[in-house]
This record gives sequence, C-alpha cells and structure tokens, in this order.
Amino acid sequence: MILAMAPGTQAQLQEAAWAGLMRAAQAGDAHSYEQLLRAIVPFIRSLARRYSRGATAAEDVVQDVLLCVHRIRHTWDPARPFCPWLAAIAARRGIDRIRRDSRISRHELNDEAAYETFAAPAANNETGALRAAEQIEPLLAALPERQRQALEATKLRGLSLAQAAEESGQSVAALKVNVHRAVKSLRRLLGNDG
Amino acid sequence: MDRKVETDRLISTLGQGLSAVKPLRPPQWRALLWLTPLALLVLAALWRYANLAAMAQRLAEPRLALECLGALLTGVVAIVSAFYLSLPDRSELWRFAPLPPLALWLACSGVGCLENGLGLGPAGDRLGESSSCFKFIVIISLPIAVTLFLMLRRARPLLPLRVALNGALGVAALAAFVLMFFHPFEVTLIDLAMHALAVLVVVALAALLRRTALAPAG
Repeated sequence: MILAMAPGTQAQLQEAAWAGLMRAAQAGDAHSYEQLLRAIVPFIRSLARRYSRGATAAEDVVQDVLLCVHRIRHTWDPARPFCPWLAAIAARRGIDRIRRDSRISRHELNDEAAYETFAAPAANNETGALRAAEQIEPLLAALPERQRQALEATKLRGLSLAQAAEESGQSVAALKVNVHRAVKSLRRLLGNDG
Repeated sequence: MDRKVETDRLISTLGQGLSAVKPLRPPQWRALLWLTPLALLVLAALWRYANLAAMAQRLAEPRLALECLGALLTGVVAIVSAFYLSLPDRSELWRFAPLPPLALWLACSGVGCLENGLGLGPAGDRLGESSSCFKFIVIISLPIAVTLFLMLRRARPLLPLRVALNGALGVAALAAFVLMFFHPFEVTLIDLAMHALAVLVVVALAALLRRTALAPAG
C-alpha cells in the first residue's frame, strides 16, 4: 500500500525539522546549523528568484539571506514557527535588492568585469598585482571606510564576496557596489578615468 | 567561482564560526523590562519635583485628562511597537499602532488651544516659556532614547527606519507627558507648535542616526 503524504503534513514536518535544527543551532551545535542552512537554501533560492533577474543575482540574495540569518539568529523565538521568520528575512533582503538595483541602474553602469579584475592586464598577474597593491596602498586611505574594506578584502586578500561580506558585516550586494565604487575612485585618483 | 559553490563554502564558514546565542525575550517582555525602571524613575521625579495637588485639580477637567492619557498611551504604545518592529517575523501593522492615541493627544491639545481662543498671551513671555518646553522635551528625550536604542539594537532590525521612528516618537511622547506636570498653564498655539516641533526634532534625529543607533543586520 502506498501512503501519500498530504502537502500540509509535509510542510508541518519540514517546519518541525527546521525548528529543531535551529534550536540546536542557537545552543551552539555547528553540525545542526550547517544541516539547517543547507536544508533551507532551496527554499530561500525559490524566494530569491522572485526578487532577482538572473541566477547570479538570485544567488547574491541567497548569500545575503544566509548572512542575515546568521547575524540575527537570536531573534527567532523558539516558541514561534521558524518558516515565517525565515521567509520574512528573505523577503526583506529581496526587496532591498530590488531597491538597490533600481537605484544603481539609475546612476551607474554595471561592469561585471570590475569585480573580477583590474582594467590593466598587467595588474592581473600575481607579481604585478602585488606591486600594484603596494602602489595603491597610500591611495586606499583616501577611500571611504566601507569601500576600502571591500576592496582590501576582495582584491588584496583574495576573499570571496561571501567571505568578505561575512567579515565586513556588509551584504554581498553592498560589497559589490563598494568594490565597484572603490575601483572607480582609485582610477580617478590615479588620473585614469578611461 | 560558481556562485552555488561559493554559497556552499559560505555555509561551511558560518558553521565553523558558530557560537551559542540566547534567544531574545518576547517583545512585550522587553518593552516591559525597559518601561518599568523608567516608570519608577519618572514617578520618583514627579513625587519629588512636581506639584501633584495642582496637577490633580487640573486633571479634573476631562479634556486635560484625555490629553495626558493620549500622550502617555502614545509613548507606551509607540515603544511597545518599536520592540515588535525590531523583529523580522512580526506584523508590519505595528508601525500604525501609535496613531490612535496620537490622534487623541493632538485632538485634545488642539481643542485646548481653541478653548483658549488661540490665546497667545503676552507674546514675549509665552514664547520664552514655549522654548523652555522645547528644550525640556528634547533634553529629557535624548538620554532616554539612548537607553531605548541600546536595547532595540540587540535585535539588529532589518527595517531600522520604522523602529527608529516609533521608538523616538514613544520617547518624545513620554517626555511631553512628563512636561505636563511642570506646565501649570493652559496650552496655547505656540506651546502646541513647540511641543510638536520638539517631538519632530527627536524623531528626525533618530531617523538620521538610525543605522548607527540600531546596527541593522543588512
């Protein structure tokens, strides 16, 4: 005999499982925490797609939501359901993403390559990059704090966007914007606007 | 790097750096925890410095009693709502919760002005007293707001503006409520304008400093 599980029951089981893992995570159980984060990623991704254009942008939202969950995990009340708490965070970060995208698209051009590499080819080989880093070090001090942090973490120390976001307390999207602006400011400071 | 692989690595990084956290108490308890010592402090200050007998006489007038009640309720409800709004999974409708008592407060104050025939009194004196009211509300509000925002920032609210607006409105309304005990004359139009301006200044300051004051998570 095949037993079919009603969707409502499935959702209840999922809620109970995630709430249990989150309780353990709040108590400091890293294994349960990782298990929970991996379990909720598809759920977050499905919500993130509603707020983003393209898979890359959606993944930015996913990473932002994960970082946010991590930072405010103490705000989930174990006496309340977990899914609405998570969905509220995902919706909030998604809406922030839309607002930021529309703000940026009004004022700036998107240059994906700016996040990956410096414009001058010589800056991309390792020794060249080190030399360039030495040259721009004094100029970094002239940058606003968050732009400097973003550039140092991603370009000089080679952290991934997600790691840099976690370390600096900025969202992935904000970090990308700050890297982009920092590169632009440095070009201006070096007298190379082209 | 593939973004999904990056997400996977992020999860490992977050897991490695995990520490135990104590869940925040429910917002109504946190609000109570903040309001109780403040209430005791205010009661002690009023007992010591205010003319309570005169105030009791004035409160016999229903309009004035309602005005006081409106200011007090605006303060309490706005502060409770700020604690609710600081959490991601609570209703956004909490931001409108202070509006009914605020309307009561403003309506009663407005009616008071009209009853006084918009009496501006001897202009110089009244303006001087009104500016004292302004200073009173702002100066009392600031230290109280600091303690409130220190407590609210523990939630690292995702919507800091709403939390800041409601929290600051609550603090300014409570300061205005306390002021009523030291305001032994009827409110004139200038007084009302100064009270409103003081509340707006406190709310605007909180809105401007919200990111520093509340350390939002996003």
